[in-house]
Amino acid sequence: MSATPLKAEATTVIDPEIHLRIEDFLTCYAHVLDDGTIDEWPGFFAEDAIYQITTRENCEAGYPIGVLYCEGRGMITDRVKALKTANIFEGHTYCHILGRPSVRQERLGVVAVRSNFSVFRTMEDGKAELFATGKYLDRIDLRDEQPRFLERRVILDSRRIDVLLVLPL
Amino acid sequence: MSISVSEPLTEPLTWPAEGVARVPYRVFSDPDIYALEQERIFRGPVWHFLCLEIDIPKHGDVRTTWLGDTPIIVTRDHDGKIHAMINRCAHKGALVCLKKSANVESLRCVYHAWNYGLDGKLKNVAFRKGIQGKGGMPDDFDISKHRLEPLRLEIFSGLIFGTFSSETEPLRSFLGDRMTQFLSRNLGRPLKTLGVHSQIIHNNWKLYAENVRDSYHATLLHTFYTTFKVNRLDMDGGIILSDKKWHHISYTKRATLKPAQEYNEAKVHSAQYESKLAGPALLAAWDEFDDGITHSIQSVFPTLVVQFTLNSLAVRFFVPRGVDKTELFWVFLGYERDDAEQTRMRIMQGNLTGAAGLVSLEDGCINEFVQRGTRTSPQRAAFVEMGGREAVSNESSRATEAAVRGFWHGYRNIMGFETESTR
Ligand code: FES
Ligand SMILES: [Fe+2]
Repeated sequence: MSATPLKAEATTVIDPEIHLRIEDFLTCYAHVLDDGTIDEWPGFFAEDAIYQITTRENCEAGYPIGVLYCEGRGMITDRVKALKTANIFEGHTYCHILGRPSVRQERLGVVAVRSNFSVFRTMEDGKAELFATGKYLDRIDLRDEQPRFLERRVILDSRRIDVLLVLPL
Repeated sequence: MSISVSEPLTEPLTWPAEGVARVPYRVFSDPDIYALEQERIFRGPVWHFLCLEIDIPKHGDVRTTWLGDTPIIVTRDHDGKIHAMINRCAHKGALVCLKKSANVESLRCVYHAWNYGLDGKLKNVAFRKGIQGKGGMPDDFDISKHRLEPLRLEIFSGLIFGTFSSETEPLRSFLGDRMTQFLSRNLGRPLKTLGVHSQIIHNNWKLYAENVRDSYHATLLHTFYTTFKVNRLDMDGGIILSDKKWHHISYTKRATLKPAQEYNEAKVHSAQYESKLAGPALLAAWDEFDDGITHSIQSVFPTLVVQFTLNSLAVRFFVPRGVDKTELFWVFLGYERDDAEQTRMRIMQGNLTGAAGLVSLEDGCINEFVQRGTRTSPQRAAFVEMGGREAVSNESSRATEAAVRGFWHGYRNIMGFETESTR
């Protein structure tokens, strides 16, 4: 539950093919969110995965509460259900721009990955603007054919969110 | 009939004769009114929340914040005494502190290096005697005549309040008995911060002040409240207004639910949601108090809110950033005495509110919808008659806009926008 960011450093021991596989996985995740096929989103996570959105400020202070915290795919699925059927907000879409990930082998079949992102948000009325920048700190399980996040921590650079955050990042 | 109030507004404001049961839309979008509020409310005889005592726990700690538009520094000096002052150098007016938090020996302005004690008194002026006997301040320059402009401050239950006015009444009488009792209930023991963030909402600050006092909307707009039986109007609860009606408490007792037909009959969107959670740990909670109250929102005029939803304790305060923009700060709290399991539950329940709050994220956009809907019709007014036309406490129902009327009662009073009683 600690918000301490795990460090992912680039090392030379990562097989380029594994690197490519991770990049494909991260790209695919972003496209699912950007294309609005949100039902597929929970499938990127392991059963007991952690998904958190927090800020650099909370990380540095060691505060456990950020903006959103899910423990287990159940809570992740509840977020999808809530945004589709319960929550009320002005419609919008995202466009994720991803930076190249750096990968470190954590143990056999599990990698720690760090990558940067920016997300542009386009509102119903046509306004498009930068919504979020930050980094992903991930732990990814590569043992199955389908990689899965054991942990995805989204660390926003800014403490300040424009309007609200309902679609995951 | 309506009464015109001649104010230092180029265009006098006409408040409808119905008084607090109407709100002229103009107050949400007129820059002249915004400027007058800065003078009469934010620099006027009102206590304003600045920060928490735990934001500056150590000697030498400094925290920057805002009182209305004015940047503020709060410090704990090397003797442990707390001070508040304007973040504006006595020389040319530059910001003295740029960071949100710091721990320092003294306050030094970066522009020409004037140096201040943590009490705001000027200690040193660079090159005061000039360089090599040339230049320097005039002989009659008196260092004791220059300082960072201080604010009066008072502290209650770990909340630091400041005011610019020498006329502001003592904090305890400003809050009143019911308000101080309830603040003590929620905050009157050692606190710890669990997390922070802020939100930009694109609406006038008073729309958010109304929104937190609006117990009518809470279970209609916010599906999660209703479905997960966190807060519904068919639970026992009530609205308490402070003596002067400026502040309020809205409370709910979850164990008293007697499901009302109206939720189904009204075809309320929020009652239609199928209510099983795949991750039920979200709502794991324990009874912290023996008064049966499981959800409460307390407002302190003008811009402070204390939230206690199940076990999710948070201080919210909002800072006007222009006539149609407001920054809403969230500070999630726990108690020092919490054990690991209690902290865990507070962390889980942190998902209920805030910018991504399952219960209340709608408030991030709903006030903007009002802003967008009203800004071109300043001559029209909102209709606020749910639960009557007066601003009075109601301890039997929250199907009322009583606390919203209480806010406008206070606002009109301090802004000088009161009409004679014409009803
Ligand atoms: S403005 Fe601060 S020292 Fe000159
Ligand atoms: Fe609300």
